[in-house]
Amino acid sequence: MGKKILMKGSEAMAEAAIQAGCRLYFGYPITPQSELPEYMAARLPGVGGTFLQAESELAAINMVYGAAGTAHRVMTSSSSPGVSLMQEGISYAAAAELPLVVINVMRAGPGLGTIVPSQTDYFQATRGGGNGGYRTLILSPASVQEACDLVALAFELAERYRQPVLLLGDAMMAQMMEPVEIKEAPPKPYDIAWAARGWKPDCGRARAVINPRSKPGLEARLQEKYRRMAKEEVRVEEVDTEDAEYVIAAYGTVARIAKNAIKTLRGMGVRVGLIRPITLYPFPYEAFSRAAARETLRSFVDFEISEGQMVEDVRLGVGGQKPVAFHGWYDLELPTPQQMVDFILALRQKEGGERQ
Amino acid sequence: MSAFHKTPVLTGAPFHYCPGCTHGIIHRLIAEAIEELGIWERTIGIGPVGCACYCYDYFNLDMYIAAHGRAPAVATGAKRADPEKIVFTYQGDGDLAAIGAGEINHAAIRGEKITTFFVNNAIFGMTGGQMAPTTLIGQKATTAPYGRDSETMGWPVRVCEMLATHEGSYYLERVALDTTAHIRGAKKAVVKALRYQMEGKGFSMVEVLSTCPTNWGKSPGEAMEWLQNEMIPYYPLGVYKDKGATENV
Repeated sequence: MGKKILMKGSEAMAEAAIQAGCRLYFGYPITPQSELPEYMAARLPGVGGTFLQAESELAAINMVYGAAGTAHRVMTSSSSPGVSLMQEGISYAAAAELPLVVINVMRAGPGLGTIVPSQTDYFQATRGGGNGGYRTLILSPASVQEACDLVALAFELAERYRQPVLLLGDAMMAQMMEPVEIKEAPPKPYDIAWAARGWKPDCGRARAVINPRSKPGLEARLQEKYRRMAKEEVRVEEVDTEDAEYVIAAYGTVARIAKNAIKTLRGMGVRVGLIRPITLYPFPYEAFSRAAARETLRSFVDFEISEGQMVEDVRLGVGGQKPVAFHGWYDLELPTPQQMVDFILALRQKEGGERQ
Repeated sequence: MSAFHKTPVLTGAPFHYCPGCTHGIIHRLIAEAIEELGIWERTIGIGPVGCACYCYDYFNLDMYIAAHGRAPAVATGAKRADPEKIVFTYQGDGDLAAIGAGEINHAAIRGEKITTFFVNNAIFGMTGGQMAPTTLIGQKATTAPYGRDSETMGWPVRVCEMLATHEGSYYLERVALDTTAHIRGAKKAVVKALRYQMEGKGFSMVEVLSTCPTNWGKSPGEAMEWLQNEMIPYYPLGVYKDKGATENV
């Protein structure tokens, strides 16, 4: 596309997938991301693609599993309760080592929950969700532009690791309109000898079996892959952490709000920084342990639109070197920069006020 | 007429199926049909969870194993990704008629251009003889130790009849393997179902009434008699849908 246009987050992510060469979408409607399948339904036929509205999220993810086995780029999207139904297929795809992309536009709370922006699926996303101790790569954008860039990256990583990749967004990002530039990111050729494309003796490769069954060597290979991902795929944004007394830990929309709070606090002479994990798995533990080791740093403050989920990983990273405070918004309200400012000022007061 | 030969669309690996089970015959009929139709290199099979979950060891094809009951959804994804491929699912009655009832119905409702081979032996085989939706009234199973009682367990489902109500079903036939004539008829049905897919028609399925001597607690001979005396009367053989019948005469 190459120029900036104004787009809604969910539609922009759909277009980014198309620009990344995704021609197959299987999904089931659910608020607050139904604009994504709607966009795909309108757009895919015109580019020779296939949109299919499945009878359930369960069927949708298994259709994605079927298409992924042919090595074509394929995706689905949903929101929290729908993603719960997809866990079976994601676990199977992790075991069968299939490249596929799932976008979760999170809604709030357990059960049916509600459609306000939320981050209550962090545990589900980062701790497996389905059975069997697998990992998914998890990307978390903080703007519509970044969401588009990460969609392209998600397809690339899915193929590099033959691995489900999850993009974890929220309703704020999916519903908001922002100017975006969506770049073409066509698939790069890679070895697809593993894929099911029809076989006969002497066709130059071994017979493909897309197989989610445990077999000798699989677990070791998966663990090796997860170690490689953990080493090579950590992505994190650090803002003003060098001299910070307080470092905010936040991801997605919350991190964006936190940036405004940091500006206000710095204006008041309070040195505050931000560590924003872009990959939630692998988590940037090292960024936190490095920041924790700095003399200037008094404590960390973790902000989330949840009752406190990522904070557990923050504490793992900090490793007890410094205190980690937490504040969550989970009663259907959204954070404001001023609330963050007030929280940090109160914390500073409690910790003995200004310090040289 | 060429002399009999073993089809190379089967790998030749020895079947793990129990003595008297008809999975082996069904595998062979499907493999022979694939060879005869000249579609070996473009056929992809989707295996189930159940007794046939090792079928990828036997079919000499690119294969998938699907989650329990989801084979029609997996087949849908594979077929939509590569429409020129011939995609079939191979499913038992626990897989297809219980946990996968949603997926099979909607594949038929959409007229998905795939073929399903449905092996109905009125019981869960691999898990050890539990009740299936197809278990007959009065039939004993490990989870229906006093026999299936319609009052609390409902009635056995007739899948061909159910799917026939969907406009998207193109060809549905129920066959059995109890006599040579029936086996020849089953082979014809398998060929026809695959041919319809080659022609780009809608959803096709062959239901094969099958035996499970192990879980029925019968000898292979007794099992075949039970199939004839008990199963066929409740699950009548025949064509339940053939939208191409007039063109194919």
